[in-house]
Amino acid sequence: MDAFILQVLNGLDKGSAFALIALGLTLIFGTLGVVNFAHGALFMMGAFCAVFLQKLLSLGFETTDETKTDFLGKPLKVETPYVESWFGPEIGASIIDWSVPLAIIFAIPVMIGFGFIMERGLIKHFYKRPHADQILVTFGLAIVLQEVIKYFYGANPIPTPAPDMFKGSLDFGVLFGFDANAIIYPYWRLIYFAFAMSIIAGVFAFLQFTTFGMVVRAGMADRETVGLLGIDIDKRFTIMFGIAAAVAGLAGVMYTPINPPNYHMGMDFLVLSFVVVVVGGMGSLPGAVLAGFLLGILESFASTTWATTTIPGINQIIIYLVAIIVLLTRPRGLMGRKGVMEE
Amino acid sequence: MLGLNSKDATLFFIVIALAVLAPFLLNPFPEDSALAQFNAGYPDLMQRFAIYGIFAIGFNILFGLTGYLSFGHAAFLGVGSYAAVWIFKLLTYNVVPAILLSVIVASIFALLIGYISLRRSGIYFSILTLAFAQMSFALAYSVLSNPNFNLTNGETGLQVYSGDPQILHRASLPDLPHLFGLSMRANYQLDISGWSFNFNVGYYLCAIIMIAAFYFSTRLFRSPFGMMLRAVKSNQQRLNYTGLNSRPYTLAAFVISGAYAGLAGGLLAAMDPLAGAERMQWTASGEVVLMTILGGAGTLIGPVLGAGFIKYFENIFSKINDQILHQWFAFLPDGLEDFMVFIIHPFIGKGWHLTLGILFMLVVIFLPGGLVEGGQRIGRLFGRKKRAEDTTSAAAKTPAE
Repeated sequence: MDAFILQVLNGLDKGSAFALIALGLTLIFGTLGVVNFAHGALFMMGAFCAVFLQKLLSLGFETTDETKTDFLGKPLKVETPYVESWFGPEIGASIIDWSVPLAIIFAIPVMIGFGFIMERGLIKHFYKRPHADQILVTFGLAIVLQEVIKYFYGANPIPTPAPDMFKGSLDFGVLFGFDANAIIYPYWRLIYFAFAMSIIAGVFAFLQFTTFGMVVRAGMADRETVGLLGIDIDKRFTIMFGIAAAVAGLAGVMYTPINPPNYHMGMDFLVLSFVVVVVGGMGSLPGAVLAGFLLGILESFASTTWATTTIPGINQIIIYLVAIIVLLTRPRGLMGRKGVMEE
Repeated sequence: MLGLNSKDATLFFIVIALAVLAPFLLNPFPEDSALAQFNAGYPDLMQRFAIYGIFAIGFNILFGLTGYLSFGHAAFLGVGSYAAVWIFKLLTYNVVPAILLSVIVASIFALLIGYISLRRSGIYFSILTLAFAQMSFALAYSVLSNPNFNLTNGETGLQVYSGDPQILHRASLPDLPHLFGLSMRANYQLDISGWSFNFNVGYYLCAIIMIAAFYFSTRLFRSPFGMMLRAVKSNQQRLNYTGLNSRPYTLAAFVISGAYAGLAGGLLAAMDPLAGAERMQWTASGEVVLMTILGGAGTLIGPVLGAGFIKYFENIFSKINDQILHQWFAFLPDGLEDFMVFIIHPFIGKGWHLTLGILFMLVVIFLPGGLVEGGQRIGRLFGRKKRAEDTTSAAAKTPAE
């Protein structure tokens, strides 16, 4: 039983990332009808927002400390980050320590802005073009974004740690009456899960309980009629694109302490997120979220020693296998709506 | 001629001429001149031109004719390579059985994947093929290389070791892939006052196969079968309503296109007897899509041009470094020179993929028909000018009459 819970928990963090990316993909697909192959790149850009902020906050100036000497006997050069000299050493250090959570505030406007530019500058011209063209142009954009990041940050993963407070693990089992050390779960992954859930809840609430969201949902169902009612639906869809970009970006920001970001992390996630979207049902937001968590947990179960000794390598292919089975038996996906993408 | 109409025959002979004369055409600059870095006439690169040409021609049969965008074509290339290397390991270094087997294995693999994937169309088809290719990659990379059953040799890549059986191998035959004793690496270098041209057995084998592949695809484009595939692209629903089942046609196109990819994979292994899982990765699938689109999907010559273009510039751009750039811009004042080098630096050397991505976006946005359409537009521009001149001259004549 404890092993079971452990695997479910292990699947949650990856599942959260899948769910967030798939949610954004579905939002874009459902509103604009565009298949965005650059969505993984948006996730990656979010992660690099965190890296950028961390580097920016750690920027400092050098002073020579007369009291200490280095191994050659010269006065030691000490680098002091500007934030420490401005706010005092303690507050400054904790600001740097908290750079990943702070990056959330930084990433939201950046990603929304980038989403706007991308939609107005590029995607807008591809509404009327075939899906193949949309895939290709966003694929090209993904390559470009990836290479730009690689040019500035290199090809190696950049460690971006979580605040000290959240390092270490929670002994999860004790809470439920299992033995100590039976279920150990890192704090940050719990936070990631909670964060993902609140973003998902936020997006759903936004769509469900605001007038803006109602118009967007109406537009998703029948764009033409909403347009005929005199509503500028394009403008709202552009905003939704920005929100979808921000969701992907935030998923990336918070994922950095779990996996140090590198320039191709987006692509690794993108392929799987597409599979998630297809399994969940193209155009269905709850389906995307559900499938994200399901597949994340499934992958974690397939990675157990028992599974990998029974069928070697099952953890590598399980998601694809499930996708193939779902597509063949339930072509619309788990919660797909009728008439979406059925030429 | 050869069952081709005169226009296609001309195109076919142009392709033959380009392929046969490639060692001359790709080495236009003398060996020790400053422009020698733009030469591409060395065996390795010429082989890649021909092989990726075949790959792209095959991809075009599927994408160009039926409009089904497969994002997993590299899987067939990889499978072909593995099949060929296994022949080298078990039977002989002769390339004929290796290439035959790679085509057969890739076709069977394509039949399986196509049978499942083609039940869906549009974006679903792309994602399904992508999922299959990624699965094959994962299988080849880790799963099928466990000690009990080592089919792919994982990360290291499959290669021929001295302990392998090679039942049909004789001591008189070369210890490299060969065609009945003629080594693939046999090379004849012709030196004419500063120029040097390489004639490589491997390249000519690839070129001959590419010409055959091109001929076959031309015939296929002009056949009733090809018309059927075009009908699928233009309106599959209408085709279905006329009572035709289009799936056998698309499946046949998928298998043919997979066989082409397998052929390319087998040739890759024949030129250099190794096969690695990275050949199946989805970036490799993306590359063939780029080649086809860049050249012009749905046209005969486009994919070959696209493959040549990408492989050529990949090679050239990767070679250029800051020093060479400084030489180029040496005529500018110092500050401006450094500035130009600074601007261009991100796009060269390791930045080739950035250039490729930008180029690709530009082509998709402004020139969906690829290089071929670009050529046609330029041609039309000149044609129109000529016609315009004719009319003006005609107008000038009328009053005189």
